[in-house]
Amino acid sequence: MDFGTIFSSALASALGPTAIVYALAAIGLNIHFGYTGLLNFGQAGFMAVGAFGLSVSVVTYDLPFAVGILIAVLAAVVLAIVLGVPTLRLRADYLAIATIATAEILRLIFGAVETKDVFGGSNGLSGFATTFYDLNPYNSGLDLGFISYRRGDLWTLTVGWALVILACLLVWLLMRSPWGRVLRSIREDEDAVRSLGKNVFAYKMQALVLGGVFGALGGIVLALFQNNVKGSDFSTNVTFYAYTALLIGGAARVLGPVIGAMIFWFLMTGIGSFFSQATSGTDPLIPSDIMSDTQASLVRLILVGLGLMLLMIYRPQGIFGDRKELAIDAR
Amino acid sequence: MRRTTHVLVTAVLALMVLLLPATAASATEDPSPAPASPSASTTAPTQNTPPQGAFIGVTLVDSSTDDPIPGVTLVVTDADKTEIGEGVTDTDGRAFISIPGQGEYTVELEEDTLPDGIELNGSTTRTVNALLDGGNFAQFQIGVAEQASVPFSERFITALVGGIKFGLIIGLAALGLSLIFGTTKLTNFSHGELITFGAIATYVMNRAFGLPVILAVVAAVVVSAGFGWLQDKFLWKPLRNKGIGIIAMMIVSIGFGLFLRFVFQFGFGGSRRSLSQYVTQPRKDYGFFSLADKEAGIIIVAIVVLTVTCVGLMKTRLGKAMRAVSDNPALSASSGLRVDGVIRSVWVLGTALTGLSGALLAINSQVNFQMGFKLLLLVFAAVTLGGLGTIWGALLGSMIIGILYEVGPLFGIPSSIKEVGALVVLILILLVRPQGILGRPERIG
Repeated sequence: MDFGTIFSSALASALGPTAIVYALAAIGLNIHFGYTGLLNFGQAGFMAVGAFGLSVSVVTYDLPFAVGILIAVLAAVVLAIVLGVPTLRLRADYLAIATIATAEILRLIFGAVETKDVFGGSNGLSGFATTFYDLNPYNSGLDLGFISYRRGDLWTLTVGWALVILACLLVWLLMRSPWGRVLRSIREDEDAVRSLGKNVFAYKMQALVLGGVFGALGGIVLALFQNNVKGSDFSTNVTFYAYTALLIGGAARVLGPVIGAMIFWFLMTGIGSFFSQATSGTDPLIPSDIMSDTQASLVRLILVGLGLMLLMIYRPQGIFGDRKELAIDAR
Repeated sequence: MRRTTHVLVTAVLALMVLLLPATAASATEDPSPAPASPSASTTAPTQNTPPQGAFIGVTLVDSSTDDPIPGVTLVVTDADKTEIGEGVTDTDGRAFISIPGQGEYTVELEEDTLPDGIELNGSTTRTVNALLDGGNFAQFQIGVAEQASVPFSERFITALVGGIKFGLIIGLAALGLSLIFGTTKLTNFSHGELITFGAIATYVMNRAFGLPVILAVVAAVVVSAGFGWLQDKFLWKPLRNKGIGIIAMMIVSIGFGLFLRFVFQFGFGGSRRSLSQYVTQPRKDYGFFSLADKEAGIIIVAIVVLTVTCVGLMKTRLGKAMRAVSDNPALSASSGLRVDGVIRSVWVLGTALTGLSGALLAINSQVNFQMGFKLLLLVFAAVTLGGLGTIWGALLGSMIIGILYEVGPLFGIPSSIKEVGALVVLILILLVRPQGILGRPERIG
């Protein structure tokens, strides 16, 4: 058992591209769920349109990279509006079902054999990130001894964390503005806000669009660092993991989703590599009759489910949150 | 009478057992773990490549058109009937399944995964004698009856019957979900796993305890009912007492669903498995349509159980109590109903119905750890379409969704993503009539 390797791989993952993807997705969810009280279970759908908006424009339609990014963001805005018009007037559980269904529709269409010419089928699309990696200013990778990143990843990390910081700054500024106060009042009591003459629907729509765009940025980062996107990257579990990350850090806090995503991936990778070490080798710590190495890779996923339950039951505000600022006692 | 011109299509099953020299895999250092989400789709992989070591290679080709048949799942079992692995044919119709070594293997073609319009005529299994000294090719044929020349009306009726069967199966699960929602207002995201639970319980009773399939189904329903009781006792009732909000409960149910799904995968593995009986049955001709005996049985069992449950809910004292609690829990409590007891019975009944739905699915096709999760949104769609919390609505919605699911491909919905039609209906119904077809208009926004 090599705890050094476990720790360094966990740390590398907490600071790595996957954590950035989930941090951005969770920042979006924080605007939806944490601040506005919208139960969006379709964040994976927003990530998917972001990733596919970029890759389809560049690979299938040969558009420039910058246009691809623009289309990706626009696609998220359009999705938010199309999704918001029928669903934002609905109760929380209906909104949840409608959004999760939309995300699944998108995933199925993106991954289908029949739409292979556009979206690349189950293999997905690749080769759209060349422009991005050509901009890479680094000459070599980073090696700090206990963690190291390759040159390409280092560039993704720089851009990704810059995006996360900008997103946090934007959320912080917005949420202390009058606009942000209206969002929080909607979360607390929609009818009261309505009776004050505010257009609740418009505010909810703006929140959905903004959070969706952050989701799409997460999808773009995922697409860039994998240099490949496929429909199956955006299963409903992605949304659930992003929720878990958000709830670990604490909803309705600016840094909650970021810290949450880092802790989530620290634990996921740490536990994963612990159990893979514990079951591998000639004399494994856990005998293979009890747990094979395939099963070992599932332990962390079982723990995510258990963790999400326990978190919601015993500490719904997460690490930094404030229990009173949580839209979980809604009608 | 069917006026089908049966075109015999040969599926060439080329057996290639090769021992490739174990080339060192190019090691790539990758500090970032890929998002660990087992892909839920079984759509055709674009290009399969032969694995290292010994394997069985299968090529499915429609010999009348020379087109490969993609997206078909093939399962390989060894002489002891233990499953070795499975493969899905790619766009070239090829699939490769690794085998541990020499011996006799059985390749089974999963009939459900054949594309629409192609129906298997003969047996779905072939026995393969794998010889190690590389380069041996064995060819044999699987008879496939092409149904493309079948008139539209006949295809429509076949799809309709399939849709009714599927609708009845998800109807059981939808009724369970609707009952639980009605009394507790919980949108249970772990409901899909309750379907899987029923299926896995059937499998365990059948394979591990050696019960005949029919008894295994009965046992699975009983176990499911017990599972519902335990769930309410140790999870949902404490949460209700704690005064946890509806949204928090919903998120707890998501966590519970993830937990159960991966526990199932942990214990059951990632493959699809069949029960010991009724795996393949020939279809009998009933004039306008043909049904296997097991399918007829599934339809009859589902209809009987649904009728008995609905009549029970309308007539019996417990049924009335359940409806009273779903109408107004506070008023029922003050009228002397033991609300907690009623909710407990709802959990037991709801989980048992859902377990039966999983058991019937297991007989209909196969058992897999995420079979229920894949149906969850269809069940949601059915319940929402009919009206959340209404009994007849759940049934009506299920029938519509079931028929839409099977008939949709005839009207242009790509058959590999049949769910999309049902999910689009779900969103449309929320747009025009959010309370569902039979739901009472109330404030839902």
